Amino acid sequence: MTEKILSRRFDLKDSHTLKVYEENGGYIALRKALKEMSPAQILDEVKRSNLRGRGGAGFPAGMKWSFLPKDTDKPVYLCVNADESEPGTFKDRFIMERDPHLLIEGIIITCYTIRSSQAFIYIRGEYLSQARLLEQAIQDAYAAKYLGKNILGSGFDLDLILYIGAGAYICGEETAMLESLEGKKGYPRLKPPFPAVIGLYNCPTIINNVETIANVPAIVERGGDWYAGLGPPKNGGTRLFAVSGHVKRPGCYEHPLGYPLKKLLYEDAGGILDDLPLKAVVPGGSSVPVLKADEIDINLDFDSVQAAGSMLGSAAIIVMHERTCMVKATERIINFYKEESCGQCSPCREGTGWLLKIIQRILRGEGVMEDIDLLYDVSEGILGNTICPLGDAVAMPVMSYVTKFRDEFEYFIAHKKSKIETMVS
Amino acid sequence: MELTVNLKSRLDEIKRKFPFAFSSVLPAIHAVQEEFGYIPLEIEPAVARYLAVPQERIREVTTFYFMFNNRSVGKYHIYLCSNVSCWLRNYESILAYLEKKLNISAGETTPDGRFTISLVECLGMCEQAPVMQINGISYGDLTPEKIDRILDNLD
Repeated sequence: MTEKILSRRFDLKDSHTLKVYEENGGYIALRKALKEMSPAQILDEVKRSNLRGRGGAGFPAGMKWSFLPKDTDKPVYLCVNADESEPGTFKDRFIMERDPHLLIEGIIITCYTIRSSQAFIYIRGEYLSQARLLEQAIQDAYAAKYLGKNILGSGFDLDLILYIGAGAYICGEETAMLESLEGKKGYPRLKPPFPAVIGLYNCPTIINNVETIANVPAIVERGGDWYAGLGPPKNGGTRLFAVSGHVKRPGCYEHPLGYPLKKLLYEDAGGILDDLPLKAVVPGGSSVPVLKADEIDINLDFDSVQAAGSMLGSAAIIVMHERTCMVKATERIINFYKEESCGQCSPCREGTGWLLKIIQRILRGEGVMEDIDLLYDVSEGILGNTICPLGDAVAMPVMSYVTKFRDEFEYFIAHKKSKIETMVS
Repeated sequence: MELTVNLKSRLDEIKRKFPFAFSSVLPAIHAVQEEFGYIPLEIEPAVARYLAVPQERIREVTTFYFMFNNRSVGKYHIYLCSNVSCWLRNYESILAYLEKKLNISAGETTPDGRFTISLVECLGMCEQAPVMQINGISYGDLTPEKIDRILDNLD
């Protein structure tokens, strides 16, 4: 049984309340941080912890924080990315609805460390009930003097604003989020300058994912070395693995980084639905290359998944059994990115539309064999040619599905129907 | 079209919260939608004036974000997820059932103005796929029987 850091209160009754949080170890790390530690000491612990960003990119959190300018007369902002919208991903929702104070405590410690007195949580508009829970938790934290002026008598002030999005996946891209927070459409910004230098309201800004921030209290309480030791080298701590699709027990499972994918699927998630053979696994949200059934003997840390030709991304594991039509699966993925492309860069705006037309033509039985290479070529034309990674997020999976399941595309085009239909049910 | 007293007080509250006026645009438009169920085009100039931001800022936001309705929708707005995890768990049969039960297609509103069905992207509830939301409330592990129970219990 591995130790739970993020999910240890998830199953307690009323786990979302301040009372339960305080009765179960909550806000102890904050007291330690404010009373016993300097911001520099906390930054050092976070660096030693090897905490890497849980939003998808896996960038070391401590290093990101150290990119803030040392002497600035501008205010510093923290924006917490709760715009969780990558298909298959629902881990941040678990934190926000089951342990919102863990996130709030992480935010306060982070702001103390980066010398920020104004933080924002940007939550997606569809998470309305979670937003209401968070708003209540924020009010309770103010009432208990964990937020506001002179927190716990330390002289440190912090305000926290919950900002509700309105249904745009692109706003999970950090600079699009800043645009949205400034009351605009979510067009990603060119980098550099990076937000740590010029971010919200042109001021230095740190943007971290919900799960990243939720790890900070444990690191402060028990030290960076302890946290780093939970996972393999350069992959500190645990992750919330969100498993969905064709498994018997879909859900959110916390394990140290480096946990075996097979164990997650066959033990935690109970095995494949209807005991059918496995066909494919998406290991990090819909935007990463797919793994075939014979490629899943891997450990779930950033570096191992990358070595296997995919990415751990948001740690959203989507499982597909034998009776999954990979042509249709590809269409669902393309459709998503076509809908969510913000339209700023032409390779992504036009390319996603072209990909959708081609795949829909194949599904209508009007495809030609050249369409398979065309899907690949259009994807290649998008890859690396856009301001933000949304273009890559459609190109990478499409290239992998077309390559790894080429036989299914060929069958569909030749027979004008899915290979799956030939299976006896 | 002018702002109602209620809306003005909501916008005042929002303006007070943010360090800069332009950050109040999204929350303000959420408030408008709560008031009317959608964003009437005619209200946009009044909102812009009240927030002291250019009118095109309001237009930019109301047209960019999916959840802001540019025309009126049913009293109950059904968001049905159509993304990968819900597709793997057969959202298509749920859609077919909803369309048959309400006698409309996705994207349409029933003639009595009670229901609109919108196909949406991932709602972040994949462990309960297939899922839908009705006016912000989530329902998972959908079956035709469960849909009956949910819809029949709405007033």
